[in-house]
Amino acid sequence: MPGINMDKAGIIMDDKFITLAHGAGGLKSRELVEEVMLPAFDNEYLRQMHDGAKLQMTNNIAFTTDSYVVQPLFFNGGNIGKLAVCGTVNDLAMTGAVPKYISVGMIIEEGFAIADLQKIVMTMKEAAAEAGVHIVTGDTKVVDKNKGDGIFINTAGVGEIIQGCDIAPQNVKAGMDVIASGYLGDHAATIMACRHNLQMPGTLKSDCAPLNKLVEKLLQEVPQIAVMRDATRGGAAAVLNEIAGQAGIGIIIDEDKIPVRKEVNGFCDILGFEPLYLANEGKFITFVDKKYTEKVLAVMHQSEYGKDACVIGETNDKAVNEVVLRTTIGGMRIIDMPAGEQIPRIC
Amino acid sequence: MTKAEESRKAAENLLKKIDELIDRPVRFMEVCGTHTVSIFRSGIRQLLPEKVELVSGPGCPVCVTPNDYMDMAIAYAKQKDIIIATFGDMLKVPGTSSSLNAMKTAGADIRIVYSPLDALQIARDNPAKKIVFLGVGFETTAPLSAATIQAAGNENINNFFVLAAHKWTNTALEALLNDKDIKVDGFLLPGHVCVITGEEPFAFVAEKYKKPAVVAGFDALDILQAVYMLAKQVKNKEAKIENAYKRVVKAEGNIIAKQAIEAVFDKSTPSWRGLGEIPLSGMQINDKYSKYDVLKQIAVEKEVSKENPACCCGDVLKGLKKPIDCPLFKKICTPDKPAGACMVSVEGTCHAWYKYGQGRYHYGR
Repeated sequence: MPGINMDKAGIIMDDKFITLAHGAGGLKSRELVEEVMLPAFDNEYLRQMHDGAKLQMTNNIAFTTDSYVVQPLFFNGGNIGKLAVCGTVNDLAMTGAVPKYISVGMIIEEGFAIADLQKIVMTMKEAAAEAGVHIVTGDTKVVDKNKGDGIFINTAGVGEIIQGCDIAPQNVKAGMDVIASGYLGDHAATIMACRHNLQMPGTLKSDCAPLNKLVEKLLQEVPQIAVMRDATRGGAAAVLNEIAGQAGIGIIIDEDKIPVRKEVNGFCDILGFEPLYLANEGKFITFVDKKYTEKVLAVMHQSEYGKDACVIGETNDKAVNEVVLRTTIGGMRIIDMPAGEQIPRIC
Repeated sequence: MTKAEESRKAAENLLKKIDELIDRPVRFMEVCGTHTVSIFRSGIRQLLPEKVELVSGPGCPVCVTPNDYMDMAIAYAKQKDIIIATFGDMLKVPGTSSSLNAMKTAGADIRIVYSPLDALQIARDNPAKKIVFLGVGFETTAPLSAATIQAAGNENINNFFVLAAHKWTNTALEALLNDKDIKVDGFLLPGHVCVITGEEPFAFVAEKYKKPAVVAGFDALDILQAVYMLAKQVKNKEAKIENAYKRVVKAEGNIIAKQAIEAVFDKSTPSWRGLGEIPLSGMQINDKYSKYDVLKQIAVEKEVSKENPACCCGDVLKGLKKPIDCPLFKKICTPDKPAGACMVSVEGTCHAWYKYGQGRYHYGR
């Protein structure tokens, strides 16, 4: 890149902290972009340095956006940057698209450590590389001290729809299997434990990961998949309720089939949470005709991000719009749509 | 056999034995809110034979907190120099005309903590502010509040205060037993409370009122085991206190925790939502630690408290009414916009009925 010493990329800035000048559009802004952002995200589209990126697409496209405001910014298993890339990549993947290009908008609070910003940017670079997407355009703004929460990141992304697959909740019919791609609740348990200084075993970490490669493989091998959705905010419970409502079917989940780590179960017991309601950042729920279940599981088990995938329940036409849990001891109860945020109980 | 199959088998076994023992309709009350949640979560109510009814008692700390207390907390939250530190589930509890959540939205500094010790840390970190910790809960949370007040004393921290409303569960149980309207054939005693208090404070249930009672653990099989033991006492016309949670509950309780409560709190006579005033059922901060009693140290004006007359929380807490008997249930009162405290806490009876679909899921009872 002209004018930039790539050997020293990201470390030649003298400043240790973000100042309002970094967001004022002048020299300092350019320094920030050229010395922190460009070296990490470098690609042919970004290098054009236009007001926007000029891109080529051949198929129909999927387009999505999401904003990330997590606290703490750094946690076991990732940071806000990894979330921002993986979140948008995963949203595109869930529509049946191959993610191609993403944008990154950062709102940074005055006084934010540039070393932390660099860590976040490097993680974004790694996540984008793993997902095979290019970060093609971006923006940085700085807000006054105490007017932000360290850093907020928005990403938007476009992807190309994989031909031959049709991902839509309306495709879900009675008698289909419901498959979870792995252990549920890891991300939210990690974040909440960090946030409140709860001592948790080091094995508990966020599942934040780009799922697009797994999904692409899955859709190539089993295009008959009816629908898939990543179980982020609201957890698996929200996904199941959305699909039941949109497809007009009922769902029965078996408690003893739901994959939940011991640490996450323990965390939930202490605070009165339910794993099904905890957010994930690297898990999805998929619905498929039973005759393809084995094939779906076989493909998923080959991937690091689907190796613990399993059937957790099935759909029915008896209790339409309802998601029901068959408990370990054989009872039945509703899994309703999460209402508001999860708050810890008293004792 | 997998672990799940073993559990299912054990549950079937207990359910069968309960069915064989009981030959008339009986009502057992689970006193503790955590039991209520576990019972709903595991679907026990639908698995028990029709003749065995489980009713929820007054053991959800949020639910028994009256409007008066919330109004006081809200009055403190309005003060510019005060930070309120509270357990999360108090945020949504409605007071007479507002809630802490509404105050937070309006700009009050209200912080969720997991322990009163976190509140003390907020006090250390914010010397220019006054920190008011909302000390609610039963014998389980009271020792922590007490220990925190003692720690504040040892460190001579002057900007930490407690709005204390801790309560003794056994007194509520006695109030219920004195109420002629309430028909209960036996009690599942609160396992966590008994960890602190031991079994002795509940001895009156069997001795004075001749009702069977079993200290119960919290997973589905623990609870079924306790119901089975109650059924056996009913069948044998016995009334004794049994412990089905021996792996955790010691007969003498936790002596250090009890000493902490004694060192900091005197007995008081507070009001319980739905149950009214119960003599010597509360814990107020004693004279030695009165500098931490916010009621004695910071005077504020609060609005005149009124309860919503249509809300049936009181009767629900006493097991006299089911949530579906309340005209507000599911119509005006939902977890999103609770009218009464029993809908706020995840451990509240109305919340559990709503959330777990009791009366909603047509495969269930």
